[in-house]
Amino acid sequence: MRRQIPLIITFFIGTLLVVSVFIPPMESLKETFTLYFDIIAVFAFFLGGGNLLRVHLTKLSRRKQDWVYSIVTVVGFAVVLVIGLLKLGNPGGITASPTAEGSLFQTLFNSILVPLGSTMYALLAFFVASASYRAFRAKNREATILLIAAFVILLGRTPFGMMLTSWIPESFSILQIPSLAVWIMNSPNLAGQRAIMIGIGLGVVSMSIRIILGIERTYLGEEK
Amino acid sequence: MNQIIKRRVITRLSSIVIIKILFLSLPVVAEQLIPTIDDSVEAFIPAPPAEVIATDAVYDQGGAVHLEWQLSPDDDGSAGVYNYQICRQQEGTDEYIPIDSVLAGVSSYIDETVEPGRSYQYIVAVNGDCGSAPSEASNVVTPNIEWLNFGLSNLFVIGLIICGSVIYFIAHAKRGKKLFIRRIAGLEAVDEAIGRATEMGRPILFVPGILDMDDVQTIAALTILGRVSRVVADYDTKISVPVSRSLVMTAARETLKASYMAAGRPDAYSDDMASYITDEQFGYVAAVDGKMVREKPATCFLLGAFFAESLILAETGNSIGAIQIAGTARPAQLPFFVAACDFTLIGEELFAASAYLSGEPKQMGSLKGQDVGKGIAMIIILLGVIATTFGNAWNISLLRRIADFLRTLFEVG
Repeated sequence: MRRQIPLIITFFIGTLLVVSVFIPPMESLKETFTLYFDIIAVFAFFLGGGNLLRVHLTKLSRRKQDWVYSIVTVVGFAVVLVIGLLKLGNPGGITASPTAEGSLFQTLFNSILVPLGSTMYALLAFFVASASYRAFRAKNREATILLIAAFVILLGRTPFGMMLTSWIPESFSILQIPSLAVWIMNSPNLAGQRAIMIGIGLGVVSMSIRIILGIERTYLGEEK
Repeated sequence: MNQIIKRRVITRLSSIVIIKILFLSLPVVAEQLIPTIDDSVEAFIPAPPAEVIATDAVYDQGGAVHLEWQLSPDDDGSAGVYNYQICRQQEGTDEYIPIDSVLAGVSSYIDETVEPGRSYQYIVAVNGDCGSAPSEASNVVTPNIEWLNFGLSNLFVIGLIICGSVIYFIAHAKRGKKLFIRRIAGLEAVDEAIGRATEMGRPILFVPGILDMDDVQTIAALTILGRVSRVVADYDTKISVPVSRSLVMTAARETLKASYMAAGRPDAYSDDMASYITDEQFGYVAAVDGKMVREKPATCFLLGAFFAESLILAETGNSIGAIQIAGTARPAQLPFFVAACDFTLIGEELFAASAYLSGEPKQMGSLKGQDVGKGIAMIIILLGVIATTFGNAWNISLLRRIADFLRTLFEVG
């Protein structure tokens, strides 16, 4: 019964939402169910926060490996929670929004979380370079084609690419590096992307049918 | 010396006088430059718009009316016409109430503030420099609820064919018929990757993307987690599932628990296997990266919905020498995974993974049905390419009509 009820709900709601696409008065159902999901997710957030605290407090109390990092997590959690709930340092007082301009909560967010997030994002520049180095090594035929295509696109996006092939007459302009770069992006690249998108669409349909019909139930915690 | 001072004083005084004359003469010059308003010209009122037609918006809940009109003849892009005021009269009232306005040059409007079953009439007034001119009243329109969206009939038929073929092949597989499914290298490597972690005595890291349970990629990732954790439980290897959403954490725990139960090792299961980190995208990445560097997992599964963090996670995994199996349905992130991971499940393979790993005939049947959809797409694309190419090259109208038909076949709405 513990498994049957979720399966019945999944079948009923899944079918209803598929049918609602074709029935205009039922169009708003999707938004309604999204709202229900958000409400459930809010309750689940307490579980997440509680789990985070439990894991790190256990680590601290048992002096597990790397327990020092847990101090940062627990202190950060407590500071932000207290400041946000009690609206400490909020110019508008307890009635104003915690994210109001000039509030301590917002200042913490802007001066700690945003720069830290930006720092992580900035790492991408280095990772793109190292990943490109590996991907573009001409180890086999496919990698060589990839290398040539990437080289043409890189050149085509710079003034140097235009300069190199500007002598090619207008009637053969497709052979100019910037035009080749545009062709690679708009034809083979786009065609490949669309093929992937069609596959994804069909994959989602197939998976949805498996879930709606109850054939796929691993996500419910049932292993056959 | 005195003479020099005298000359300087005279020069300075004369320059001051010249500057003053210039400033005093400016208003006079300005007056001459500005054209004077000729009072004899009549105030400009633009001609009214014409033929205001109101129609009930199709395939909706009766909550919209579509308005179209002919622009005022004076609305030719030159200054003078500001905008069009839309006024509405509701059934049972005498007056037209302004409801909205649109800029000059716009000749249509959708009124989404109507109620189904009530009748409305509209006038459109053009506003000009010195006044406005209303159009004649439109026809009376009564928006109605439509119960079926026939604009999506093509989608319905295509959906029916694909869903029908999936269900047919599921039933076909249930009857015990053998189905051929192509080999997916990334999934064939799952057992090997788990075995490697077991041999090395190092943990397995499973990242189910950064979206919530309302995303089908997350559900696909958790179904794969179910299959992976079953083998992990059998091999008695450590697994860690850091998640960025609370609901995913509870679902991942249920999945893990069920797998350990199925493997007959409920004692080996612990809630700590799936832990919540944070909803914050880069905070989550920092935590998972830290986990990778400190714990050095032998195998990393990056399956689900990923954004900018895909390459950061995959490159960190690569730097610690972990064998990596990644998969996502976000085409923009696939090149990063291909570049940095050992195996990549491309798009549909992510959704097929759970069925493939389970080996159950019913699940495999659904994959075969999916292939029928792909076959249909391939045939239609091929026909479309042939019809467009030869139709345009040799100007054959029949082929061009076929190409147009195939193109509209997949247009929604």
